[in-house]
Amino acid sequence: MSSALDQIFVHGKRWLLSWIAAAPNWIIQITSSLINIVALLAVFLTLFALMSVLERKILGRMQNRYGPNRVGPFGLFQPIADGIKMLIKEDIVPARADKVVHFLAPVILAAVAILTLGVIPYGRHMTAFTIDGGILFFFAVGSATELAVFMAGWASNNKFSMLGAMRAIAQMFSYELPMIITVLPVVMIVGSLMPDRIVFAQGEYTLGIVPRWFVFTPWGAAAFILFFVSGLVESNRTPFDVPEGESEIVAGHMTEYSGFKYATFFLAEYLGMFAVSGLAVTLFLGGWQPPVRLLEFVPSYIWFFAKLSVLLFVYIWLRGTLPRTRVDQMINVAWKFMLPMAFTCVIAAAVWHYAGRGMRGWLWSLFVIVFVYTALSILLDTRRKFARRVYRFAE
Amino acid sequence: MNGVAFIVISVLTLAGALAAATLPNLMHAAFCLVVALLGLASFFFLLGAEFVGLALVFIYIGAVAVLIVFTILLTRRDSKEHHDINPPTAGRAWSGILIALAVFAGLTWSALKTQSLSIVPPHIQALTVKQIGQALMTGYVWPLQCVGLLLTAALIGALVLVMEEKR
Repeated sequence: MSSALDQIFVHGKRWLLSWIAAAPNWIIQITSSLINIVALLAVFLTLFALMSVLERKILGRMQNRYGPNRVGPFGLFQPIADGIKMLIKEDIVPARADKVVHFLAPVILAAVAILTLGVIPYGRHMTAFTIDGGILFFFAVGSATELAVFMAGWASNNKFSMLGAMRAIAQMFSYELPMIITVLPVVMIVGSLMPDRIVFAQGEYTLGIVPRWFVFTPWGAAAFILFFVSGLVESNRTPFDVPEGESEIVAGHMTEYSGFKYATFFLAEYLGMFAVSGLAVTLFLGGWQPPVRLLEFVPSYIWFFAKLSVLLFVYIWLRGTLPRTRVDQMINVAWKFMLPMAFTCVIAAAVWHYAGRGMRGWLWSLFVIVFVYTALSILLDTRRKFARRVYRFAE
Repeated sequence: MNGVAFIVISVLTLAGALAAATLPNLMHAAFCLVVALLGLASFFFLLGAEFVGLALVFIYIGAVAVLIVFTILLTRRDSKEHHDINPPTAGRAWSGILIALAVFAGLTWSALKTQSLSIVPPHIQALTVKQIGQALMTGYVWPLQCVGLLLTAALIGALVLVMEEKR
């Protein structure tokens, strides 16, 4: 099972540590942490570079144009050119801005995103930071994002920045609640807040074919969709990029940032996106577990990153497809639809568990979800009849 | 290593708290308060009580700090303009010193009366989040429900306060 190729990185780290086996304990501890940090940063900064060019390529494909194709083969070296450009740009700080806070905001934002990446299991025995309450850590640290965004908006001393920060905080607060509650059923069923245990719990196969990922149960599917939408909002991606809103408030809290600080905001946004998708993979899509027993020889980390790339592609796809939502509609959906549905997922998971986790539980929990969904749709339908739109001047 | 970490975190926490109490710009003071709270959370991590530490970060930095910051933003435009609303007088200064001395004396008295802790800490099994959850759902289920009810009432109260009046 645990083949050499699967554990190559774990063994590699052990081999590196064996060089300093004679050193005192605390040096080994710190070196071990440093190796984890360096590996995490190397992988995800590369992924960030790759994602930035792939996103532009895919968006270009969707919009019938080429996208970047000048630098290197297929424009693949575009991120390097972008990085150099960002580094040599002038860093402008407004005269009336709060210099220290203005500097700290992007740094904290990026640091928080990197910290949240640490608790996700990328493969068998491959979690950078193993902690008993890993899921709780993810959300506790992630909640500092709001403060960092506020710092950026306030320190810029600009009304667009402040408006953007206010919008960002309003939407992040509204969607944090459904997001955390959709995680609850998984935690309840597994009985642990540890990401590794959650992945292990999804390891078996029903009838030897269908993997026991939580997304294949009715409550899991509903919770996954709710979680994914909340994740879109939390990372300020396109259908919900109201805080940036280039056409209304010129990039919101990032208005007064330039050069590499602006790039740091993007880095934080993308890393946050990776973290949320990684958590979605861990919670609902079986983490690093293969989808078919026959394919178990493929290393676990490859499965994780394959699933992650699928989710990231959906992010890009949505960006190329959907227009921006309106602020009030977005917040309304969070409180009136997402939150009750999230609670329904918790109840449906309990029903599934007490009906024996089999076919009967599956059907009962499906019934609960469909019932509440239908009831909510009927209740929330305001039955507003729109008059037929008549154009007076243009036929 | 734990000793070094303890000293570093203590210095950070104390500096943050001191800055939060003394900085003239209220917004800076609020941010420094966050640093002090982060230090407190790291103490819990150092003690192995990660759940309490995480809860502290979650609630105080994720929610309360944002609340404080918003309150400052919405209530006063610039802290400098309002500085001399309460000009310090001799009586006020003396009463402040008196209260500070009284609090200090009370704390010293209670600290001196407390029996000193044994140097070797007892070996305690690290508490997992699961155990805390089980304790909350069995032995402490009534207090938990009462707190839940109270928070719900507060939430509804806040909603009622800001609700538009319908005619």
